[in-house]
Amino acid sequence: MYNLTIAELAKGLRAGEFSSVELTQTFLKRIHQHSALNAYVTVTDELALQQAKAADAKLASGDASLLTGIPIAQKDIFCTLGVKTSCGSKMLDNFIAPYNATVVDKLNQAGAVMLGKVNMDEFAMGSSNETSFYGPTKNPWNTNTVPGGSSGGSATAVAARLAVCATGTDTGGSIRQPAALCGITGLKPTYGRVSRYGMIAYASSLDQGGPMTRNAEDAAILLQAMAGFDEKDSTSVDQPVPDYLADLNKPLTGLKIGLPKEFFTADLNSDMAATLEAAINHYRQLGAEVKEVSMPTLKMAIPAYYVIAPAECSANLSRFDGVRFGYRCDNPADLSDLYTRSRGEAFGKEVKRRILMGTYALSAGYYDAYYIKAQKVRRLISDDFKNALSEVDVIMGPVTPTPAFGIGEKLANPIEMYLSDIYTIAINLAGLPAMSIPAGFINGLPVGLQIIGNYFDEARLLNVAHQYQQVTNWHQQKPKGFE
Amino acid sequence: MSLTANDVKKIAHLARLGIDDQDVESYANDLSGMLDLMTQMSELNTDNVSPMAHPLDQIQRLRPDVVTEHNQREHFQAIAPQVEDGLYLVPKVIE
Repeated sequence: MYNLTIAELAKGLRAGEFSSVELTQTFLKRIHQHSALNAYVTVTDELALQQAKAADAKLASGDASLLTGIPIAQKDIFCTLGVKTSCGSKMLDNFIAPYNATVVDKLNQAGAVMLGKVNMDEFAMGSSNETSFYGPTKNPWNTNTVPGGSSGGSATAVAARLAVCATGTDTGGSIRQPAALCGITGLKPTYGRVSRYGMIAYASSLDQGGPMTRNAEDAAILLQAMAGFDEKDSTSVDQPVPDYLADLNKPLTGLKIGLPKEFFTADLNSDMAATLEAAINHYRQLGAEVKEVSMPTLKMAIPAYYVIAPAECSANLSRFDGVRFGYRCDNPADLSDLYTRSRGEAFGKEVKRRILMGTYALSAGYYDAYYIKAQKVRRLISDDFKNALSEVDVIMGPVTPTPAFGIGEKLANPIEMYLSDIYTIAINLAGLPAMSIPAGFINGLPVGLQIIGNYFDEARLLNVAHQYQQVTNWHQQKPKGFE
Repeated sequence: MSLTANDVKKIAHLARLGIDDQDVESYANDLSGMLDLMTQMSELNTDNVSPMAHPLDQIQRLRPDVVTEHNQREHFQAIAPQVEDGLYLVPKVIE
């Protein structure tokens, strides 16, 4: 039962083959059985069973959505009323959220059952889940490797069958990179498509929530429930949400795929290149036309991101001051000591590094040289995408330079860790939607294919991903020991 | 470009961020490495390019000036480190 997709489970629930309570119990048991993966920060057993009972009643009365009764994991960045919302940080280890994020409200309304809150890099800053206050989550494909980050707990939970699906957030690749490293499907929607209300902010002009699932059809179902205009988010976009399931089966004949030559250089690992080539050949067989595109400013994405994201982070994280909620140091000597020590004792090293970087980039005398320059570069990167997407329907490329790396391998070298986001970061700067889907294995570890689309073209991305999943079975592979 | 230990201490003070003395040197190294990465941007000519603050170049939405929040002081203060009579307590500021 735990290997079934949302669509399959929804049928089983309606046919009375099992109840949501039985389904929920199965997952809760698995979560506790596999706690060594460290996927969950908080397991909400009681609340889950209550929600499952309510879902069963809804299913019986016929008043149910496709998500009613489906067990889901929430990334611990989404505020959940009455439930600890840690954001992977000691700063919020004692934080019981006083309200729900809009995404949480929407999924509750759809009748989804929350199993608990899943692990993540501290304040979503990291690409390996190793910066979490709660310790690293492990990749079920090889527990000595990282699941990626920052939505590492979400990816591990879905890959190891500790949830049917999960929410994630993506600021520089935090949905796509862990989805790739754990062999699942992840979608970062267009900026503004999913409400950021109650989603703890890292870099507000880049952050976007999205679904992490076993396949594209499930991603369509979950995105359908998450997306939509929200008055409570000032950057939410007031545009109708299309039916994401409607176009899944459209044939891909004549689809124009662009391959940026800047992605496929001699630097790309040869196994990775071969895997991607095989995936692109599948698309040729499905009737797609493939052509090269050029985006010369792509290589500036990492430098621009590491100005803009830390700058926004240093402003956003100034709210954690030890006064109104969160961690407070013992016996502060005065107000300045209260701020400085509370923040110093509760933030981890990577968060501090980015606050320092952002504070420096925004400080008097450096603002124009770094922040304004980075915003100008951002415009040029975005223009590159606009030009490419005026010639092709979607852009494809790698998600990561390599499959999952070892736990501890890159921790000592932050810059090297940053470079592992080279293929994902530019998409956040442009605000475009993009997906990662399983496309093969290298040495037994999953590899992702990235599909990038135009603004609000999530339905096409899902269609392109779904058609590939009809002719391949990479997305159906299960990690050994978790089948 | 490189930052000194003193620069790091100054920035940490601006951010009201406590950092251990023994870590100052490693932050200085890491930040210098990040700055080297950023200076790559100077290769790119950005004259006459307007800075991009928002991916969709959206204008801030306005709403009618009416009260939409109701008072939830007790609810919010239930998670505060220290409160008294509805006030947040901090160390004495004025002697």
